[in-house]
This record gives sequence, structure tokens and C-alpha cells, in this order.
Amino acid sequence: MRTGTDRVKRGMAEMQKGGVIMDVVNAEQAKIAEEAGAVAVMALERVPSDIRAAGGVARMADPRIVEEVMGAVTIPVMAKARIGHIVEARILEAMGVDYIDESEVLTPADEEFHLNKNEFTVPFVCGCRDLGEASRRIAEGSAMLRTKGEPGTGNIVEAVRHMRKVNAQVRKVVSMDEAELMTEAKLLGAPYEVLLEIKRLGRLPVVNFAAGGVATPADAALMMQLGADGVFVGSGIFKSDNPAKFARAIVEATTHYQDYKLIAELSKDLGTAMKGIEISSLTPENRMQERGW
Amino acid sequence: MKIGVLGLQGAVREHVRSIMASGAEAYVIKWPEELKEMDGLIIPGGESTTMRKLIDKYGFMPELKKFAEAGKPMFGTCAGLILLAKRVVGYNEPHIGVMDVTVERNSFGRQKESFETELDINGVTENFAAVFIRAPHIVEAGENVEILAKHEGRIVAAREGQFLGCSFHPELTEDHSITAYFVRMVAEAKEKALV
Repeated sequence: MRTGTDRVKRGMAEMQKGGVIMDVVNAEQAKIAEEAGAVAVMALERVPSDIRAAGGVARMADPRIVEEVMGAVTIPVMAKARIGHIVEARILEAMGVDYIDESEVLTPADEEFHLNKNEFTVPFVCGCRDLGEASRRIAEGSAMLRTKGEPGTGNIVEAVRHMRKVNAQVRKVVSMDEAELMTEAKLLGAPYEVLLEIKRLGRLPVVNFAAGGVATPADAALMMQLGADGVFVGSGIFKSDNPAKFARAIVEATTHYQDYKLIAELSKDLGTAMKGIEISSLTPENRMQERGW
Repeated sequence: MKIGVLGLQGAVREHVRSIMASGAEAYVIKWPEELKEMDGLIIPGGESTTMRKLIDKYGFMPELKKFAEAGKPMFGTCAGLILLAKRVVGYNEPHIGVMDVTVERNSFGRQKESFETELDINGVTENFAAVFIRAPHIVEAGENVEILAKHEGRIVAAREGQFLGCSFHPELTEDHSITAYFVRMVAEAKEKALV
């Protein structure tokens, strides 16, 4: 009997496919998310848009909040640790969190190195903007990927860019001759072995969810159509006027992402979605996606 | 022979691949009316609470019960087993409630306790690489239930006539012998229906 194997870690993410993972900051929100059909919740102290507004250093949530959320629902609970913060990650693992997001939404603890996620029993999800980043995270032991997008903006444009980029680069690697892969690895900054595995499988070896800017049911469906395996929704749900209704609508739009009549129905009378931020108005140091190496 | 995979959420693609590798046609079922054409149905692993919400939302429940009443084979893996069970520990009502077993959710613990191990599956295969993810197990099985596998004394695979269920995820491995066993169950049921 073996725990923490790649198959067990990656398999956990496979079971989340076609689903929506929702950011929550307390037990009450976690229950609303579960009731709406979320496949997992991400326990946080603040949603990304509030982290953005508050400024300062953003850290792992208070363990009390994580514990409260774990006690409130039977679906898996995820939590965020700072990039490279070995101890925050170990604390979350010790608490029995089901998945850790080594996340650029929090202030990085290490400006050079990510966690060696192979050393952990708990699985990790990491953000990526291109196949180089995706492959480095996989080699470090990440069992799930997500686009970085631009968290807390309610603007889907960056998530679209990242999803299209990774998928285009995967298609290229799959179509390449094996002899060409080493140079491609050099150009992408990607470990050769990971590219070899992608070529052999014809796809990424782990699931890749959309994240960072999903604000409406149509946004969620768009990301599914672009090839996302599922969707993370951060600030969008609990910053909307009617979170329960909004959450249900996002879940349904993710399941039936090609059923436009249904999505039209779901999108009626949802109230105001979060206001959103135009990306070009963010200075580079305020773009969370630039964090990670 | 047409085998559907309930495609509301979870490891749908993997089951489709496994069905095709076992020589049957695979269909992803997203709406209740699509069930009518099917000879057998697989309910995949995923989140049982999410699948249940969507089953209710789209009126799947009566159609799934009819499917079972018609004697057509159904195979549930992990969350799928929970949906098939007649009794779920800690809940007053079952989901589809057709297989005579009592299951307990997340009974091996949280994700860090998830594991893989080799299992002998009675009359199906030996040394099967079984991947358990926040898995349920069968606490109690009715008298007509044939126990196919146990792990540390807990029932993790069983068959009751047309129903097949397991705690683990055969779809995550390259060994298609359990799916092939289910495909044979579907073939036999179809033959019997024709007689």
C-alpha cells in the first residue's frame, strides 16, 4: 500500500474534472459552494480581489479558517501556501488539507525556487502561463495545473491567453519529431523528460484548470471550450449580488459549456457581476501573474 | 453494443477510453433522454455531491431508475458506487439506491491517506493496480451480493446481478480487465433480453 504516488495525486485532480472549485473565506460560504455543486472549495482568509485591495503581504490563511471550512463540508478542501514557503505547505499538509495551491496570489516567500512538491504526500496545484512554466511545475511534482490568469480582476483575457498558449505549445510538442524535443526543451525552459511524456501521451500528463479572472457563467464555458479541464472561481462568486444563484449558474455552465440556450437561461437576472479591472491599468508590479519562476 | 458514461462531472474521458479498449462503443451521457439507446451505463468517479445536484437538476433520477428496472447493467466506480448504493452511512436517503449495499463515504480518510495497492479481484483478474482516492467502502452487503475484492478486511468491489461497484478507480490504469468484465455483463444482459 503506497500513499502520495503520482498516480494517487494526479488521480485526485482527474476526479475534479468538469467541475468548479470555489474560493471561500468561512464555513457559511463553504456550505453555499457545496450546495451549489462545487467539486471542491479553496479556503482563504481573503479572496484575491480583497487581497489586491488590501495590499501588503498576503500569507497562508489562519489555520482556524481552514479548519472551520474542513469541518463544514464533505467535498475536498484546498488551501493556498506562498510560493517556496516550505513550512506553510507542511502546516497545511499536517492539517489534512486535500490539495495545496502554491499560489502567486499570495506574496512569494522565495524569489528563486518553488517547493519541491515531490517530497510531499499531499498533492499540489500550480499556476502556469506557458508550457515552460507548466513543465517545470510538473517536474517539481505538481499534480494539477491551472492558468494564472490575472487573479481578482474579473477579467478573463489573461486566462484565455494562458490557456491558448499552453495548448498551442502542447500541440506543437506532440507533432514534433523526437529528435527536435531537446532543442524545444531548451527554448521553452522545460525539462526534456516532461516534454517526452507530453509527446507520448498526446496531452499534458496532469489536468489543467482555468483560473484567474472567471467572472460569469459565459467565462467559465469559454474556458471549457478552449480546453480547460475545469474551472477555479475566486472573487467572482461571493462578490456577486446573489452568491448561491451565481455559483449554481457557474457549475451548470461548466457542465454544459456548449449548450448556449441553457447558458443564456442561467445568465438571466444574476445581478451585477464583479466590477473588474482592465489589465493595462495594472502596473507590472501589481500583476500577480508575474510571480513565479 | 453501446455503453454510456454519465458525463456530468469526473473521470469521464478515462472510462470512454477503457470501454473502447474493451471493444464496445462508448457514449458520453449529458441528458436523460440519451440513456434510452444505451445497453449499459458506467457512473464514473468524481464528486458524488456534485453529480447528485446535476442529476436532480436535469431530471436524470427517474430515467436512471428505469434503466435499472429494465435490467440493464450499471457499473459505479468510487462516487458511482455511492450513487448506486441502497444505503449511505450518515444519510437518510440513498441516491439512485439500486444495489443492495451500505457504503460509507471517504472511509479511508482525506487525500493524504489516499493510496494505491495490488488487489485480486475474484473471478476477474489478479494483482490489479487499484487506486483509492478519498474512497468509500462497502460496510455491509446484502445476501445476493457477490464480494469480488477486499482490502484490509473491507469490501472494495462487489457485484449484485446487473450491478457492479468498486471503491477504487480502474479507469486510471492501463489494465482494462474490470471494464472488460463489465462489457461481458452488458453482452450477457443484452442476449438475455433478446431471448
